[in-house]
Order: sequence, then C-alpha cells, then structure tokens
Amino acid sequence: MSEKIKFTIDGKQCLAKKGQNVLDAALENGVYIPFLCHVKGVKQAGSCRICNVKVAGRTMTACTTPVAPGMEVENDIPELHDLRLAIIEALFVEGNHFCPSCEKSGNCELQALAYRYQMMVPRFPYSFPQKEIDASNSKILIDRNRCVLCKRCIRSFQDDQGRNLFAFKSRGHKVEINIDKECAVNLSDELAQEIMDVCPVGALIRKEKGFNEPIGTRKYDKKPIGSEITSVV
Amino acid sequence: MRTTVKTIIEKYNNDKTRLMDILMDIQNNFGFISDKFVEVIARETGLSIVDVEQTLTFYHFFSKKPVGEYAVYLNNSVVANMKGRAAVAKAFEEELGCKFGNLCDDGKIGLYNTACIGMSDQEPAAIINDTVFTSLTPLKVKGIVQQMREGKKVTEMIDVIGDGNNSSPLINSMVFNNIRKEGPVLFSEYEVGAAVKKVTEMTPNEVVDEVKSSYLRGRGGAGFPTGLKWEFCRKSEGPRYIHCNADEGEPGTFKERVILTELPKLLFEGMAIAAYALDAKEGIIYLRGEYKYLKNYLEAVLEEMKTANLLGENICGKKGFDFEIRIQFGAGAYVCGEESALIESAEGKRGEPRNRPPFPVQKGYLGMPTVVNNVETICTVVKIINNGADWFSMMGSHESTGTKLISVSGDCDFPGVYAIEWGMRIRDLLEIAGTEDVLAVQIGGPSGVCIGSKEFKRTISFEDIPTGGAITIIGKDRDIIKDVVVNYMDFFIDESCGSCVPCRAITVLMRNKLQKIIDGNGVMNDLDDLVDWGAKMKIANRCGLGQTAANPILTTLENFREKYEALIDKDSDYNTGFDLEKAVADSCAYVDRVPNL
Ligand SMILES: Cc1cc2nc3c(=O)[nH]c(=O)nc-3n(C[C@H](O)[C@H](O)[C@H](O)COP(=O)(O)O)c2cc1C
Ligand code: SF4
Repeated sequence: MSEKIKFTIDGKQCLAKKGQNVLDAALENGVYIPFLCHVKGVKQAGSCRICNVKVAGRTMTACTTPVAPGMEVENDIPELHDLRLAIIEALFVEGNHFCPSCEKSGNCELQALAYRYQMMVPRFPYSFPQKEIDASNSKILIDRNRCVLCKRCIRSFQDDQGRNLFAFKSRGHKVEINIDKECAVNLSDELAQEIMDVCPVGALIRKEKGFNEPIGTRKYDKKPIGSEITSVV
Repeated sequence: MRTTVKTIIEKYNNDKTRLMDILMDIQNNFGFISDKFVEVIARETGLSIVDVEQTLTFYHFFSKKPVGEYAVYLNNSVVANMKGRAAVAKAFEEELGCKFGNLCDDGKIGLYNTACIGMSDQEPAAIINDTVFTSLTPLKVKGIVQQMREGKKVTEMIDVIGDGNNSSPLINSMVFNNIRKEGPVLFSEYEVGAAVKKVTEMTPNEVVDEVKSSYLRGRGGAGFPTGLKWEFCRKSEGPRYIHCNADEGEPGTFKERVILTELPKLLFEGMAIAAYALDAKEGIIYLRGEYKYLKNYLEAVLEEMKTANLLGENICGKKGFDFEIRIQFGAGAYVCGEESALIESAEGKRGEPRNRPPFPVQKGYLGMPTVVNNVETICTVVKIINNGADWFSMMGSHESTGTKLISVSGDCDFPGVYAIEWGMRIRDLLEIAGTEDVLAVQIGGPSGVCIGSKEFKRTISFEDIPTGGAITIIGKDRDIIKDVVVNYMDFFIDESCGSCVPCRAITVLMRNKLQKIIDGNGVMNDLDDLVDWGAKMKIANRCGLGQTAANPILTTLENFREKYEALIDKDSDYNTGFDLEKAVADSCAYVDRVPNL
C-alpha cells in the first residue's frame, strides 16, 4: 500500500493518497466540500470556484490543490459559506433558471446547491439574458439559458480520434457552449444519456426521451446535495 | 480559395499547435475566416470544428465575418478619450456614414473599437491593416478616409515619420519613442554580444547565481525574483523553453514598444543568455498583434543576430549552445499577457489561464518546463551580466533593485518612457512629467491602484506601490467615475476569459451597480455591496485578471469615496433602480399607448 498523507480539514484528521487533490480527498474522508464543475477522474477545470477553501490564509480551489503533508484546510467557515452562496447566486442571475419547468429539476446540482446553501433571493439583480437554444443535434438539445459553463462536457467527451465534441465559443460573459456538428453527429443513446448525466444542470438534455422518474422522488428532492457525505445541521 | 487556405495550413505543417498563425494568415489574406475555412482547418489539423471556433472566437482580431479591405481599429482607452477620441470617432462615422462595429462603404471599410494599442503617449491612435496612425484629429481622419476610398495602400498614407528606428525602412512608422529619461541601465551604451560571449565562459548555474545575486525581480508586474524562477525551471527535466512576454496589454503601458523598436538586439541577446542558463533550445517572443508593424524589422534583426553567431547554432563558438527564437503574434486578448494564458495561446488555443500547480516552470509550453519573462526583465539581465550584479543592486530601493521603465501618459506635458530608479516618489515623477492640478494617478493600469494627492509622497517600489509600468495621470477636470472607472470596468468585462464564475459574472454585476449609482439611483448600501463583492473577486478568481478586475471600483472607493457619495441619495435607503416607464416602453409602443404611471 502506498503511503498516505496526513492533513486536516477544519481540524478533522484526514488521509490522502499521494498526488490527490483536496476535494477528492475530502469527499473520501467524509467531508463535504461543495463543487459544481468537478467530475472525478476528469481533468480539473477550477472554474466554478465553489470549492474554494482556505489554506494558510489563502483561498484556493480544492479541486486543483494537491494535498500536502500537514496541510490545514479551512472549509466550513462563514466567510467561505458566503462566498459560495454568492457564486451560486451569481450563476442564477447570470442565466435563466426556471426550475419548475426544467427537466432536470430535482436532479440539478445548481438547484440542489441553492437549497443546501439556503439561497432565498439572490443578492444580485437578475439579468434575464437572451440565450439561444441549439436543437440541431439529433440526440442532444443545448439550452444555454441553463448552462453554467462548467466545462464538464468539454472535458469529458472526445471522439475516437481524440477530438472534442464540445467547446467554448467567445470569451467573458459572452462565452457559450457548442456541440460539434461532425464529431457529434451519430451519438448513441447511451452516450447521449451519459452527456446529459454529466451536465450538472439542465443545459444538455436528451431529445425524444420521456423522464421515468417524477419530480419529487429525484436525487436531491429528499436530501440535500452532499448529505451522504456531510449532513446539513 | 481553398487551395490557398490549404497552402497556409501546410506552411505550418498542419500542426494544430500553430492554429494562431494559421488563423492569422487566413484572416490577413481573406479579411475573414468563414465557416468553410474553419472546416478545412479542422480537417487538416485533426481538430474538431468547435475547437477551431473556440480559438477563433476568443481573439478580437479574428473574425468570421469580413472586416473590410481596410479595418480601422480605433483605441478606446481612458487616455485616448482624454486626448480627443470622441471627435475622431465622430469624424470617422460621419465621413463614412456608419457606426463603429460595422462595415461601411459597401463593405470596403470597417470601423471597430479596440482596447489600448500601446500608444498612450500619442493618442488618439488607430491601427488600420497593421499600420499605426497616431495623434489623430478629425481633419486627419478626413484625409485617411479619402485615401482609403481611393484605394491607397495604408503604408503610403502615413504623413509623418517617427524618431529613432521608427524611420527605418523596415518599420517606416508614425510612432515616436518619446524617451524622456534614459537612466543608467537599459538605454546605456553597451557592446552587442559581449554578455552572451561572457556567459559562454561561465556555467549555467553561475549565470543563474549572478542573476540571483542582483536581486532582479520580474518587470511584468508580479515581481517574482528572476534568478529564482530560472533556478526552479532548471530543477525540472527538459526540454526547457524560454518565452518572452511582449503582450504589453495593460492599458497605459508602452515601454515594451520602445524597447522592441530601439533595443531588439538587447532583448534577443537576453533571451540567448536565458537559454544558456536554462539549457533551452527554443524560445518564443509572444508579441501582441497590435505591434505587427514591427514584424519585418524584428525578423530582420533576428537574421542579423544569426549571421553574427549570437543566435542559431554553436553560439559564440560554444559547441552545443544552439538557440532559435520564433515570434508568436497574439490577436487581441489582454489576458494572454498572463503567463499561462500566453503559453496556451502559443499552443494555438484560447488564452485561458491555467490552474496552478503545476507552474509553467514545471509544466509550461507543450507540457515542458518554461520560463516566461517580461521584455524589460530579459533586457536587464544583459546589463547585469555586463556590469555585474553588485553594480545593479546598488541602484533602487531595498526590496527593488535597479531601475524601472515607466510609461507615463494622460494629463501631462511630457508623456513618454522614463527610466527611473525604484523608490522614486510619485510626486517627483509628476513634476518631471510636467503636470499641474493632478486629481489622481492610476498606477499599474486598470488592475493597479488609483491614488489621490494625499498619497503622492509614496514611492514606486515593490515595498510600497509596485507597478508593471503604466502611470496614467488624471487631471482636476476629469470625472473619475465616468471617465476612468467605467472605462476600466468595461475593459475587464471584455477581456475576461470567461472561465471563473466570479470574474465572468460579478464584474458585470459590479459594473451594473456602478451604472445604477451614476444614474442617480444609488443608496449607501450599494457602496457596501461593491466593497463586499469586490473583496470576493480578489480571493475567488483563478488569475490576476479576475483578482484585480474590481480594483478600479475598490481603489477609487477607498481614495475618492466622496465622489461616489455625491451621486447618492442619502435620504433613501432603498432603491432598486427599476424604471417602470422604461420597462413598459416597448409594450406601450407596440399598442400605441403612452405609459400611464
Ligand atoms: C491579466 C494579466 C495580464 C498580464 N499581462 C502581462 C504583460 O502584458 N506583460 C508581462 O510581462 N506580464 C504580464 N502579466 C504578468 C505575467 O503573468 C507574468 O507574471 C510575467 O510575464 C512574468 O515575467 P517577469 O517575471 O519577468 O515579470 C500579466 C498578468 C495578468 C494576470
Ligand atoms: S480570473 Fe477571469 S480571466 Fe482569469 S482565468 Fe478566471 S475567468 Fe479567466
């Protein structure tokens, strides 16, 4: 067995594998650090910034920070709570998130984070941006109103020649997600389902498919996100 | 057409890491990069179409739509505005009968705004088809438009020739150097090639040690000790690379432009020295697209250096000391000055900063250890090698050795480049720059700080107010919020890469809040919100852009709070800024009704 690294999160003794990032290690040690863009096993994006933790007084994203021996991580502190809530709120006002009409409601990680962090009304005014829907792909519909630009799809899906199925377009607040019209032309149903599952919100939706599980019995309808790791007090 | 596109791609060996060059050549040849071209590039380089588009749409100077036979890019920085940009822009629009952001004259001429083009000492300025036009006036605009209509070549349209090497036939530009204070380091006499010759008699470690003991710190802004950076890089297995950061994107900076014009040999020699110290065989100069007018000249100097055996193979006769330099042009993206975004861009990708660790010195260009150093840093190394670390560290202040090139512009009589010793008081600099009635000084560009007269006794140094070199002087008659802060915030909004949520979204939200205050709907709470959101921006973003994007608001709120309070209705503590009349205007117009409020 390879040697484990000792570190602490909010004073709790934890063990990590060599080279492991703080986020994965925390989850394995039963400590919930919230996140949106991270997908285990896929190259980190460090873009949602929700998993920001403090180490030696400096904020850094847990997903991109390797655990170092003796590291003292601060996670569940008021300052970070407010920062994370602010980021969640910024995502809500940046897009158009009408949860009651969304296919992903109850399985949506953004919605679930808002519940867990008890977002009432965002501190920022809504911007109600005009966003385009792309329904040109035969299997996947892109609803950019709901996209949180986490890049999970960009990082997760390549074709057999290593070409990306998804990519960003533009920059700044104008960035949007695009699907390749050649590489993503013949998606299998399984892959389409995988794509939809990787999307934390309802931006990538399978076409011509009903939803088996009714709202009310879905993943985050009964228990807050992350409560299998750290319950909400 | 297709064959030409293919030839361009073949010129770069169908290499996807050269996508920037491919796109640039196609843009230059055809004036746009169509969907068809994108498909060909994707096929030939093995990228997906969306990946090509990802790079294409990131950069300001690439366009999917035709930009016109003449594409006019008029700077819209704070200093350009101070120097009369509005009248110049109006003249362009009136002469051409169309607005900025559009093609005019049946598609022949395009008018576009662009962020600071590095000419703050001679604004208003514009770039037309890679040629720079400085000190524009409405009258000059008339002449330029007429000549464009006549189909004249842009290089024949310039009416003045600048000083120094700007008049070299290979540059032939209107740009002036405006070197106001030469200082004892960079502009001092030296023998080209002496330093690189000297290092070949030293070991690489001795070179690193010499740079370390000079306490030279990076001139690009962050101030990281240069010798230490080289030492870290040497600890990672090669091949190693040296990249020179000539992106100079911080509005108000232009000192690199002057170095590139007057001292390119000093720069290339410095890169060779760095290459020797790092055992690097290849180097890249990442040069902002705005300085393409220097391309032919710099390439000629590179050739000259090769002929003189100061670059190329067995440099200075030292067996195995081989080093080549390639110029990589940017295409209009401030964030590409951030070292890891620069590397991404040089690899043909969107200029998105990387997560750290790993640091570029561990995993940089093509995944290999890479040192990114600023132009001025690299040039300074040559003088340190020539004159010794002790000579250098005698100058400056305790934590900031040597001298610094400062780009001074704005409300002053003598805008230009000043080589100052670190530790100079702001007040003294203002005096030699020819100023009176200064309201504020912006130090370090939009990402820096805005200070008022109470702070003019402070010094330019890493221990007090550090700067990459931009000093913008704001006179008494300026409206600091509307003339300066708004422009800087819009700049950051345009230039964010869009990856981090706070940088992408909260910058816009802060800008909107600022507008609310400017519109007279601000309450005291709004100021507290700005401070709170700004504090989050500082700690929550990945790179320096997002971490400093709130600075224009934060530092003016700190030093000029009264200007904000003057705009605020102090009797009210609640105002959403919601304008009912405006909100129903469209629907009322539709049914032909006057809002009944
Ligand atoms: C948004 C952003 C833009 C930057 N632009 C530049 C630039 O134009 N030139 C530069 O030398 N450094 C720039 N930097 C700093 C670089 O990241 C890096 O620190 C520098 O090139 C290192 O060189 P030095 O150690 O010689 O200063 C920028 C940083 C950020 C965050
Ligand atoms: S801080 Fe802004 S510019 Fe920097 S990586 Fe994040 S989104 Fe991109």
